[in-house]
Formats: sequence, C-alpha cells, structure tokens
Amino acid sequence: MAEQPIPTSSAETPLLELRNVTKVFQSGIRKTATSQTVALREASLVVPSGFPTATAVAGESGSGKTTMARLLLGFIKPTSGQILYKGVDITKMDREQARAYRREVQPIFQDPFEVYNPFYRVDHVLTTPLRNFGLAKDEKEMRRRMEEALEMVGLRPRETLGRYPHELSGGQRQRIMVARALMLRPKIIMADEPVSMVDASLRATILDELRKLNTEFGISLLYITHDLTTAYQVCDNIVVLYQGSVTEAGSVERVIRDPKHPYTQLLVSSIPQTDRSQRWGDDEIPTAEANVGRATTGCRFAPRCASAMETCWSEIPPLFHLDTDRAASCYLYRDAPVLPSEGIGQVFHRPHETPTPVG
Amino acid sequence: MNQPMTTVPATDLATPAPATASSAVLQVQDLQVAYRTPIGDVRAVDHVSFSLEAGQRLGLIGESGSGKTTMATALMRLTRPPGRIAGGRVLLDGTDLLQLDDNALRRVRLREIALVPQGAMNSLNPVMRIEDQMIDAIVAHEGRQSRKVLATRVTQQLARVGLAPQVARRYPHELSGGMKQRTVMAISTVLNPKVIVADEPTSALDVVVQRQVMQTLGRIQEGIGSAVVLIGHDMGLIAQFADLIGVMYAGRLVEFGPVDDVLTSPRHPYTRMLIESIPKLTAKGRLVGIPGLPPALLALPPGCSFSPRCPYVFERCTTEAPVSQSVGPSRVAACHLYPDRADLPPLPASVVLDPTAPLAVVAAAMEGQQEPGRAEAEAALADELAAEGATQTAAGDSAAGVTGLAQSDIHELTRRGH
Repeated sequence: MAEQPIPTSSAETPLLELRNVTKVFQSGIRKTATSQTVALREASLVVPSGFPTATAVAGESGSGKTTMARLLLGFIKPTSGQILYKGVDITKMDREQARAYRREVQPIFQDPFEVYNPFYRVDHVLTTPLRNFGLAKDEKEMRRRMEEALEMVGLRPRETLGRYPHELSGGQRQRIMVARALMLRPKIIMADEPVSMVDASLRATILDELRKLNTEFGISLLYITHDLTTAYQVCDNIVVLYQGSVTEAGSVERVIRDPKHPYTQLLVSSIPQTDRSQRWGDDEIPTAEANVGRATTGCRFAPRCASAMETCWSEIPPLFHLDTDRAASCYLYRDAPVLPSEGIGQVFHRPHETPTPVG
Repeated sequence: MNQPMTTVPATDLATPAPATASSAVLQVQDLQVAYRTPIGDVRAVDHVSFSLEAGQRLGLIGESGSGKTTMATALMRLTRPPGRIAGGRVLLDGTDLLQLDDNALRRVRLREIALVPQGAMNSLNPVMRIEDQMIDAIVAHEGRQSRKVLATRVTQQLARVGLAPQVARRYPHELSGGMKQRTVMAISTVLNPKVIVADEPTSALDVVVQRQVMQTLGRIQEGIGSAVVLIGHDMGLIAQFADLIGVMYAGRLVEFGPVDDVLTSPRHPYTRMLIESIPKLTAKGRLVGIPGLPPALLALPPGCSFSPRCPYVFERCTTEAPVSQSVGPSRVAACHLYPDRADLPPLPASVVLDPTAPLAVVAAAMEGQQEPGRAEAEAALADELAAEGATQTAAGDSAAGVTGLAQSDIHELTRRGH
C-alpha cells in the first residue's frame, strides 16, 4: 500500500488516534511464517476532540478487537505504528502525561465477576482509583463522590456500598464498573464486551447508560463488541475487523444497515433477528474449512469469500472510499478512490449529522 | 427452514416410529425439579407442562436462574443432587422416563432422546478419535457390528452435519469450535432420536458459525423427523429456529405458543418486556430494560413471581400465583389478566419512560421497583453453599463465550495504579 501524507481535514488534534498500528505476536525464537501471528494489521482509529463520539470496534473471535483494546490501554506495545493521545505517543509519555492518560481513558471490562477481589467489599474498586489519583481530600469527600457516581448509574449507595461482590448480581456489578469509570471524569470510556455476561433484561439498561454517558456527560465511547445489533444501537460509527484487518468502516447506518464488504454482509445476514420476516436464508455459507488448503497472502477473507478474485489471494486490499460515510477494504470496489488507513476519520460522521438511513 | 410442522420426512437412516394414537412425541406434565438447600427447597422448575409433536421445534427461553438448563437436564433425567425431580411426568411416546429403571433409561437415552450439550468443547473425549467416539455410541446401543458398516455409518453421519469424511480420523483438538459442535451433534443424532434436547448449543460460537450450526441442526431434525427442544437465552436465535416458544421465568413456564404469534402479540407482560428490551437492527430507539431484577428462587415474592417488576400488577397478583390458561389457539399464559381480557393492553404510561429524562431520574424510577430481600437471600444461600463446599456459583449469566480482556490485564491495570 502506498504511503500517502496524512490528510489534515481537521485542524484540531484528535483526542485519541490509532495510526497504522500493527501488532505481531511472535511465538518461539525463530522468525518463520508460521511463528508470527498478525493480530492487527495497519489499523487506524480516530476519536476526535471537541465533541463526544461513540465508535464501535466490531469483530468475531480472532478479529483483533481485544488486541486493539490492550494496545489502547498500553498493556502491549505496537509492533509498528503509533497510538497518540492528544498528539503524544502513549509509549513515549512522561510520568505526568501517563497518569493523565490513565485517568482520562477508562476501561470497562467484559467480566463483571473477575474484576472484583472476592475478599474485598465492592467499595474497594471505587476507593482505589480515588486514592491513586488523589481525587478526594478526605474520607467524607470520597464517600460523597462514590455515592454520586453510583446514583448516576441507578444504584442506591446504601444498598451497594459495604457489600461483597457475591452479594450483587452481574448487572449490578457491571454498573459499579460504569460508576467507577464515571467517577474519574474520563474523556473516553473503552468498554470491551460490557454486556456479554449480563442477562437480557438488564442488558438494555446498561447499554442505555453507556449511551447516556456519551450523549449527556459528553464522554467519548469506544465500544468493543461482537454484537452488531448493540453496536448499531449504541454507536454512531463502526470499524469492522476480520482477522486483524479493517474490512469496513463508517457510519453505523451505512455499514450495518447496508454492508458492502462481503464479510460484513455475511456477518449482518447471520445475525439472528427477532423479526421473523428477516429469516436466515437457506443458502450454504462458504466455509473456511472448504478452502483450508489455500493460503492467502492477500485479503484475509478470501478463503471464505464467494466473490474472491485472483488479486484477492495475493494482494492486500486497501480501504476504498465508497461514499462520504464509508470505506471498505475489498477489490470489488477498486474503482473508488483509495483511502489511506490513517484517514479513516474521514468516513466517521459527527453525531447529530446522521446520514439518511438506507433502505 | 420453513418445514411443515406435522409431516415427518423419513430418510433411509430413520427407524420407523411406532404409530401412536396421540401425535405428541414428548409430553411434559406438571414437572417439578427442586434443589435442596440448607434454608429449604428451591423449586427451579415449577409445575411445567407442555407437549411437542414429531417434527416440531420448541424454543425454551429464559434468563439465568429461570430454570431452563435444569429443565433440559430433567428431560434427560440427568438431574444430579442436590437437585431432584420432585414430581410430574416426562412422557416420551407414552413412556414415562421418570419411572424407568436404570437399564431401561440407559437404552432410551441417545436412542430415543438425545442431548446436544452446551459447550461442545468439553463434551468430546480429547484422547479419542471422532470415529471411535461415534462408534462407541452405536455399539453401546446396538451391539457389535462389522467394521465396514460402522465406517459407512460414521461417514454418513458426518456428511449429515456437513463434515468431510477425514474428520472421522481426527482428534477433537484438531477441529474448530463450529466443527466440534457439529461433531457433537453428529454423535447425538447417530441413532435418530425422537427428541433432541439442545442446551444452548451455540453459546460460545461466532454468529456466522452459529448460523451454520443451527441450520445443520435444522436439517438433521427435518431428515429424521424428530422433535427439538432448543434451550437458550437469545430471542433472535429462537425466532430464527423454532416453531413454538416457551418463556420461562423463575422456574415457571409463563407463556407458550407459536413463535410468530408470541413475538407479534405476546400475552404475558414479561414476554412483552423481554421482546421490547432486545436491541433491533430495524430502527434506533431507546433501549428499555425490565426494571428490577429476577427474583431469587429462595425468596420468591408471594403470588406471581413477576409481580414486583410487572407494570400491569394488580392486587390479586401479589396474593395468588396465576395458573397456566388458554389465551388463544394453541397459546397458554400464566397471568391473572386472563381470561378477563383477550389481549395484553398497551404498557401503562408510567413505564414508558421519558426519553429525555436525565440518567439519575430514570434510574431512580427503575430502582424504586426493585424488590427487597433478594440480595440477603442470595448472600445467605451463597454462604451456606460455600460452607458446605458446594460448587454452585452465585447468580450469574452463562451467556459468555467471547474472549475479552483477561484477568491478567486487570491485574496489570491494578499494578499500574488504576
């Protein structure tokens, strides 16, 4: 892919930017083709400053979405590319900047059971960050801030504080995690599958809270999920990953309602919808194991793709800029202009500038 | 997928089913399963009745703790202590499974009624080739057969689930998650059972693979004309797969009927709120969950278990438990609104929350309906169980399956001063 200058469409420095990030995991000592796993390949993502956005990172298992989350949280370092927070590379931050980053980008994890130490009361997860960041002068203020945050996520402090994790339901525990994030007044909340372990009737409530954090408290949201339906409901923009590569990106109205990349199409058509007029077709899905003998050095989806051409097997497709709100990494659209990976922000529309729904 | 409900297409592999007067192949009558706990019995399945004809697909939906998995194990009579079947009948072609002696039961399992368990990864023997596991099942039920016949049957059975013959020689670890689940399905259906009980067969799989696996199950079922009980928590999956739906809440079957009818005009308030809480792809809207929490089975509210969360609640609901009653053609619901009404009236205005209300107001409105006593009861139970060394986990959902940030990451975060 030809390197092109970074488009300066926005004068402002983005709040958070993933620029051409590649992460390769190496197993063993010798570098061979099979010992290296490309978990993320030249992925870019932009969270603009100035206004809050909700962006979904969607993909199935092995898509690299959790790798992206771990990179963003600084647990692992990118093999190449940069992660910039307010224009500063997060791997090169000084102590003060790193602390600010740690406070302003807050994670919410998938498992509301594992994040708690069963020997501590739930207060512990709330007081620890307050102490670490020196956000409360005394015990009284600490208590007040905890109560405030719990009330914001719809929990009664009196019935929550002082309890042990096993005394609370999964939904309640997950809401405490939302409260914890909220308490630190973050700029970005990064939620990795926050509702996959929560029951259906409580799921909607938590998702609604996340959306309200975005719309009412002005916190940008990075929503990492395998579930396109909730991504559609909660977010404005989406990046779809397949085996570490961005397949399609843009507004959720475009990408989920009218997918263009064959993988996104397969994914959307496989969603079991409650609407019985949207039944799964009877068509056989081309399966990975049918083409297992053929290795691809090009598009990762080629072995499962019904539209795969010869080019797809040998060359990695760049992102093609299909319309103002969408780009897809597929040679079916090679007539469209190429969008450099780091220009991915161009297909993200601002909230409230909702593109007209398709269909 | 749109197979007629009554016709039973038979394949050459299918054993001819004896003609019975009743067309119901599975009849569950007043089934009760209880778990013994130090503070009293917990009724995990509470007076559940339904019947299923050959070729029909029933989806049993429920949240965690609703009794759906207990139901699945009870249908196979696999309930283990501290659980026990406390009453009722499970009639398979007229024979009560609950009355069979151990030998007769062993013969019936797999041959007549088969289980496709949750988490196929853990259901296969890791040190046996797939073909040996399948042959084991055949030989255990039908006795010794020539190697050639067995090999043919293995190949045929693998083909039925869309797997290549080479898979027979593989070990489980050589297969992908979807292939493993299909292998389990191949083993479960090798003797053409009359009833297939599938307990969340796709809960750990990606959506594309999930669709493949479910369509495979559908094809097998159509091929051998068996009835399927699909147990799950995903309304979408059940809408796509089933003909009939049963909704479970706190151990009771609160609604039962044809999927299309139940989805378009649910009769039970819980069913309606559950359907409305599911995010849809058709339009962006406010996500409204069901206020409150499911009740702890140890501290069930008096009367209807759903009454503390129900917007339609009236006096009778808090004193008298509703019984299942007919609410339309082949439809059953357990709710006091019937038979006085023909339909479920629109949601009361107090529940249709103001979309512009600030978070805390909405939350307060929702928390206000949360019933007290649950946490205490659960804590007491958890403590007791822990004291007894039981391996039962506290209230939690099993809807997991997608790998996220691992615990090591969380420790990492803590270490770095989060």
